[in-house]
Amino acid sequence: MIDPRQPLAVHHVLWLLLSLALITTPHAARLPWWIVALVVTLGAWRAYIAHGRHALPNRWLLFLVVIVATIGIYLNYRTIFGRDAGVALLVVMLGLKLLEMRSLRDAMLLIFLGYFLVITNFLYSQTILSGIYMLGCVWIITATMMSLNYGREEPPFGTQLRIGAVLLAQSVPLMLVLFLLFPRISGPLWGLPQDAYSGVSGLSDTMAPGTLSNLTLSDAVAFRVRFDSEIPPAKSRYWRGPVMWDFDGQAWSTSRFIYGTPQFRKTGEPTSYEVTLEPHNKRWLFALDLPARAVPHSATGADFQMRSFSPVNNRMRYEMASFLDYSYGTDENSMALRRALQLPTGFNPRAIELGRTLRGKFSDDRMLVREVLAMFRKQNFFYTLAPPLLGRHSVDEFMFNTRRGFCEHYASAFAVVMRAAGIPARIVTGYLGGEVNELGDYLIVRQADAHAWTEVWFSDVGWVRVDPTAAVSPLRVEAGISAAIPRSEPLPVLVRGDFEALRQLRFTWDLMANTWNQWVLGYTPERQRRLLIGMGIEDSTWYTLTVIMLALAGFIVVILATLMLRRLKTRTRDPVRKAYSQFCDKLRRRGLPRAANEGPVDYAHRLERVRPDLALPVGAITRLYVMLRYGAETSTAALEELRQRVRHFSA
Amino acid sequence: MYAALRDHFQHWLFQLRGPQTGVIVLVQRRIFVLPSRHGLMFSAMLMLMLTGSINYNLSLGFILTFLLGSMGVSTIIYTFRNLANLRIAGGRARPVFAGDTAHFIVHLENPGEMPRYAVNLTHDKREWVTVDIPARATVAAAAAVPARRRGLLKPGRLTLFTRYPLGLVYAWAYLELDLRCVVYPRPASPALPLPLPAISAGTSGERGKGQEDFSGMRQYHVGDSPRHIAWKLAARDQGLLTKQFSGHADAELWLDWSLLPAALGTEEKLSHLARWVIDAHESGLSFGLRLPGKTVELENGDAQRERCLEALALYDPAVARE
Repeated sequence: MIDPRQPLAVHHVLWLLLSLALITTPHAARLPWWIVALVVTLGAWRAYIAHGRHALPNRWLLFLVVIVATIGIYLNYRTIFGRDAGVALLVVMLGLKLLEMRSLRDAMLLIFLGYFLVITNFLYSQTILSGIYMLGCVWIITATMMSLNYGREEPPFGTQLRIGAVLLAQSVPLMLVLFLLFPRISGPLWGLPQDAYSGVSGLSDTMAPGTLSNLTLSDAVAFRVRFDSEIPPAKSRYWRGPVMWDFDGQAWSTSRFIYGTPQFRKTGEPTSYEVTLEPHNKRWLFALDLPARAVPHSATGADFQMRSFSPVNNRMRYEMASFLDYSYGTDENSMALRRALQLPTGFNPRAIELGRTLRGKFSDDRMLVREVLAMFRKQNFFYTLAPPLLGRHSVDEFMFNTRRGFCEHYASAFAVVMRAAGIPARIVTGYLGGEVNELGDYLIVRQADAHAWTEVWFSDVGWVRVDPTAAVSPLRVEAGISAAIPRSEPLPVLVRGDFEALRQLRFTWDLMANTWNQWVLGYTPERQRRLLIGMGIEDSTWYTLTVIMLALAGFIVVILATLMLRRLKTRTRDPVRKAYSQFCDKLRRRGLPRAANEGPVDYAHRLERVRPDLALPVGAITRLYVMLRYGAETSTAALEELRQRVRHFSA
Repeated sequence: MYAALRDHFQHWLFQLRGPQTGVIVLVQRRIFVLPSRHGLMFSAMLMLMLTGSINYNLSLGFILTFLLGSMGVSTIIYTFRNLANLRIAGGRARPVFAGDTAHFIVHLENPGEMPRYAVNLTHDKREWVTVDIPARATVAAAAAVPARRRGLLKPGRLTLFTRYPLGLVYAWAYLELDLRCVVYPRPASPALPLPLPAISAGTSGERGKGQEDFSGMRQYHVGDSPRHIAWKLAARDQGLLTKQFSGHADAELWLDWSLLPAALGTEEKLSHLARWVIDAHESGLSFGLRLPGKTVELENGDAQRERCLEALALYDPAVARE
């Protein structure tokens, strides 16, 4: 082995550099450019030093770089703690430690840092692909560690890789036991830094022109749904999200939460399903109109908006049921209705004027609604992902000038006109539609399916959903976003889904991703408990889990040790030798071992001198042995005699 | 008191039983396994990773942590297996002069089907030799022990250790082999001139080794005159060889303890005698050695040199006085 103080060999340094580079590469996209440049420079410098056997740089220089880089990171992130700044700091320290790496001890520290950096990658991405990539990194760095510890003339790196693979593969059974049975607790041990979950997309709590059309450019999955029975048709798949009551002339926003017991009348049986919601860092939970169940650790408001008690930071699974035929809100309280009529003064005068004119023309609310929708349909309105920018009077400009808009424009304009006409109206954002994965028989709802519609209140039936987008572009409701948007506009490829083969591939991939999410990433305390119940353990406490885990782990270690320690002795298959070594063993136990350099005949002579009483059996056995082993004798009778004699021999 | 207690504890724990003749088989209770310093660092890192995984609820973090933890457990078995069931026998150690380093040969036999990698043999844990032992093979490793004083050097406890494969676990076995090495007294320098040989009629005509005629080559021994080394061959990487010459060994040379100045101490006298033996051997003379209580009869050649040096090495003043 290597002396821990001895300088490192060149190829060790290079392998270490390579494995650390592989591990850090995914971070490069997330780090500021100057850190990437700095660390690449440091790595290249170290490779140059190793290659040319130059001296390492002065410690004071490195110290200076540490100070400057730390200040730089502070200026960049406004903190040196937290996830992003922490990773940046760790990467810089790794680069600097490279230039301080003199001996095995330093190299081992870097390897441990490398393992730790692998886990920081999982803070950003835990997909199948990143899992496989990181497994590869772990493999290479483990082989590097083996190579480092071997010494100067180790076998080629290929051999180290092979042994490393065997080592990792042998560790899998024990890893599975620990993964499945290690007592899981939900929730963090301490407060997470602010940026722990940043960088996820989803619906926000305000809606201005452009909010949803931007979201539509993302093909990220919002949630997946598995229905207990048949998947409802596209036009009933309105996934209810944030409900917006307040309009400030530009943007709609959610109210402070209106608690209350929602009253509703339903017809028909509820549709049951399970939602697996991707983390979106907000509190919204989504359900089909109209949610009929409550989700644990969440509350449902009087406007049927479901909010979790804490932001959805991790993938979340909940059971849900919805009534697709319903009516509710006839008893809506007057405060809420007044709120649903409010309009800011000084904005959108023409739209308000239109509303008032219509009110004069139509006394029936339903007629009025129909009239506005007809206006959208008949006049030259156009549904597009890329509407022109709008100024201060956004609704006016949209309705009377540009007439090109996305769902949020239509919903907003419609709600403003309704309110001006004295009909309570509010905006509901959420998702519409979703794509059925035939392979896995579940529904994928993407951010691209984001949608906004309105609800208006009629005194006899309560709140009624009106989707003004449907008036402009019926395809959006019937066939989804990709059918409704002209081909020339930039929708993500995944959302378009043109080619059949590509679609199949995509569905297969999504099915794998979903399974991975459900069983690997979504392995929660709840799932653990259910697994144990399946194994017949009803009351899985922390204590029983630990006992079972340790027992199983011990069992696996024993099996592993037995398998691995199997081939340490040469088995004597030759029956003659076996019999003779039994004979020698018997004598050894009596304190008369055969010396390593002693032939059978010499041994027998010595025994005869030391123990004359044994002379007869020893002589016979030795003669037989010599005959069978070195002589021409091969008969089974002779072998049998030797065996018999050895069996009856006692010293 | 503390040292005595510790010794006692070590003897009990490590089953130290004193030197053993014959083959030592590294059965399970002879091998000790502990995490190395790097192993402790590794476990600390795993704890950190586990805490991070719990806190951020990272499923892949759990998988990685548990995978590495299981790998750590597997390496315990690997490291243990790397030493398990080796058969170890002491070999010969070539005599050295005091002040040089004695190399004790230890034969490591791997009777199994698994090759053993990076097995280290050490005496003082500061320096060691590393060997690989292929399956069903025997490999010799030499433990270097400094020979400080003349006499019979017993290395005492040797340690066979390994950190294979990842350096996280340290497995070792104490080897108490019955090894010994003769340490000759260091030849004095500067030397006193050789005593005058007595011309003996009875031995004239006997052929011995001298300096006149070249008679062959032999392996270099410490103490051979540099003038007789075959440098041309050495330059061709054929190792150090000493040229030998035959000549008439007419003279009888007695290297006598009593010829040395009385002012010298015992060790100094032995040292000068050693120098004389080497010089006499080099000049191809027949020589004998007289020590208090011990006499080596007249003879010449390599065997005589060794005999005389060994007598000097093992000279015991207490026995001589009786």
